[in-house]
Amino acid sequence: MKIHEYQGKELFRNAGIPVPNGFPAFSVEEAVEVYKKLETNKVVVKAQIHAGGRGKGGGVKLAIGSEEVQKYADDIFGMNLITHQTGPDGKCVQRLLIEEASDIARELYAGIVLDRSSGKFVFMVSSEGGVEIEKVATGSPERIMKEWIEPNKDLRPFQARKLAFALGLSGVQIKHAVKTFLSLWKFFKSYDCSLMEINPLVVTNSDEIIALDSKINFDDNALYRHKNIQEMRDLSEEEPSEVEADSFNLNYIKLDGNVGCMVNGAGLAMGTMDIIKLYGGEPANFLDVGGIANAETVAHGFKIILSDPNVKSILINIFGGIVRCDRVAQGVIDALAHMEVTIPVVIRLEGTNAIEARNLLKDAEHNFIVANSLADAAAKAVKATGEKI
Amino acid sequence: MSILINNETKLVVQGITGKEGAFHTQQMEAYGTQVVAGVTPGKGGQKDDNGIPIFNTVANAVSATDANASVIFVPPTFAADACLEAIDAGINLIVCITEGIPTMDMVPVKEALDNSHTRMIGPNCPGIITPGECKIGIMPDFIHKPHGNVGVISRSGTLTYEAVHQLTEQGIGQSTCIGIGGDPIIGTTFIDLLSLFKDDSQTDGVVMIGEIGGSAEEDAAQWIQNNNFDKSVVAFIAGQTAPPGRRMGHAGAIIAGGKGTASDKIESLRNAGITVCDSPADIGKTMANSLQSKLTT
Repeated sequence: MKIHEYQGKELFRNAGIPVPNGFPAFSVEEAVEVYKKLETNKVVVKAQIHAGGRGKGGGVKLAIGSEEVQKYADDIFGMNLITHQTGPDGKCVQRLLIEEASDIARELYAGIVLDRSSGKFVFMVSSEGGVEIEKVATGSPERIMKEWIEPNKDLRPFQARKLAFALGLSGVQIKHAVKTFLSLWKFFKSYDCSLMEINPLVVTNSDEIIALDSKINFDDNALYRHKNIQEMRDLSEEEPSEVEADSFNLNYIKLDGNVGCMVNGAGLAMGTMDIIKLYGGEPANFLDVGGIANAETVAHGFKIILSDPNVKSILINIFGGIVRCDRVAQGVIDALAHMEVTIPVVIRLEGTNAIEARNLLKDAEHNFIVANSLADAAAKAVKATGEKI
Repeated sequence: MSILINNETKLVVQGITGKEGAFHTQQMEAYGTQVVAGVTPGKGGQKDDNGIPIFNTVANAVSATDANASVIFVPPTFAADACLEAIDAGINLIVCITEGIPTMDMVPVKEALDNSHTRMIGPNCPGIITPGECKIGIMPDFIHKPHGNVGVISRSGTLTYEAVHQLTEQGIGQSTCIGIGGDPIIGTTFIDLLSLFKDDSQTDGVVMIGEIGGSAEEDAAQWIQNNNFDKSVVAFIAGQTAPPGRRMGHAGAIIAGGKGTASDKIESLRNAGITVCDSPADIGKTMANSLQSKLTT
């Protein structure tokens, strides 16, 4: 799960990690009120969406005086912000962060990620703040310094010191950086984060270390123990059909193609998308219906797939293990008896009771296109996008 | 021969009285697996519906029954602790089926595994099967062909079944099939299993099913190149059409920071001389061809 920058900064503030003074604003008027409350001359007006690259896209502006705050807030609020992370459609800005401008001497980077091969978290810093860290990683990897955090232990003060000195910090900066690094790790651990990036982490002219950004991803599997984080979820940042699928415990991701898919299992669902593409089609979605493919889940799956007007055919691919194919087939038949589906439905059932399932489909009222294999199913589903039933 | 499990493996089921645990215990027993004990804290001294003795702790189960393998059907909140308990009891092989364990909980488990002789498969996996001998997991067993010469290693569940089904349709039996799990931290990697298959005289070929996220497939490709692995290897990587930044079902299946893409993995595997199928429908056929060409050369 992701949260907004202003929510992350609020959490940071409570955890003793220095951030600029600032508040969120949900309208242009509120932005001006926040400005007055901050009692400072220079502020930054920042669009709050769940994507990076906001500055380049015109979503971050430095403002001096309440007139400029009003002007920029007016420009940014409600704008469709397009960045390299939003996709071509962009995202509508509905929240702003108004915060005190910082007196920046240096821009650094700090991040924590999982190193999968060692099974340990790794704390990374770089002197190249403010730019895309992926570019630093490929262009000049020696500029990224790493310390691995030992299991059952925390980031140690000596590790934080190593990183601070490697960044070329000196004097009181060292003390501030060490404190901030240790706090960042404690925060990461206590909230079950899966990724954290502070880009930039700045050194001010008065030697303070301040987090100017906060990109935090939380481990979905651990959200059950963090009620306060769950409450920060902003559903307007998510695809409505994905939110609906989630409420039915279906794992759905919307894509841009025209062949809808309903599959059991994440790996097979990805494999099915891939084979659709291989046969000249484009998958419209990822949908893993999991281990319970009954009439109800199938009906919800259909509803969600069909809410996408681009979908021109549907491919159901189920490999029945514990799930019996005849039950799935009956589920599909029952679901379609209660809803109008006017595009071709290609169905491939393999595994437990596959033959019984095929017989059920053959006798069904709905005109299914039954496929005998994965390749056959993909070919038929792609071909069917041009057909009416 | 096979790897890791055979008809002598003695299994303890952690979470045997839960719905999933009870159902799959019955399925595993029916397949011929020696299920010697179950563990549910507080129910020690009882027996399950099939007469399998239940213990309060894994240690008790091991000392009473000599169990050497464990399967975990414990809910995600308690699963990491169940893994640690099995490691502490000296179990040789843990198979953790549970999906949804927080990553922060798995870090100490991985550490405990590294400091013990215990091997763990999973979590978030379908398990392991040596067809015709022993099944520890939730996979549909009837799709397998016993006593074969091809091993299967996969990060996926149903996609593994798809591959096994294709092998069986080609008349190719399997030596041992392992679902290693879809989480970011897993107990056993492609490399661990490739090295076991390397020394298994029964296995002539290995199917590797990878997916987006992490670099386990690239690491495996490098290992194959460095270790003169001369058996047939056929691979498929799921997620060629997956968008970056999105978690595709499995917690580990995510392209992050430009890393973990399918195309990078496919390129590394091909550079190591491994046959990579473009289509998941061609896995069985491709392995058949590869085994055939090995015979004729």
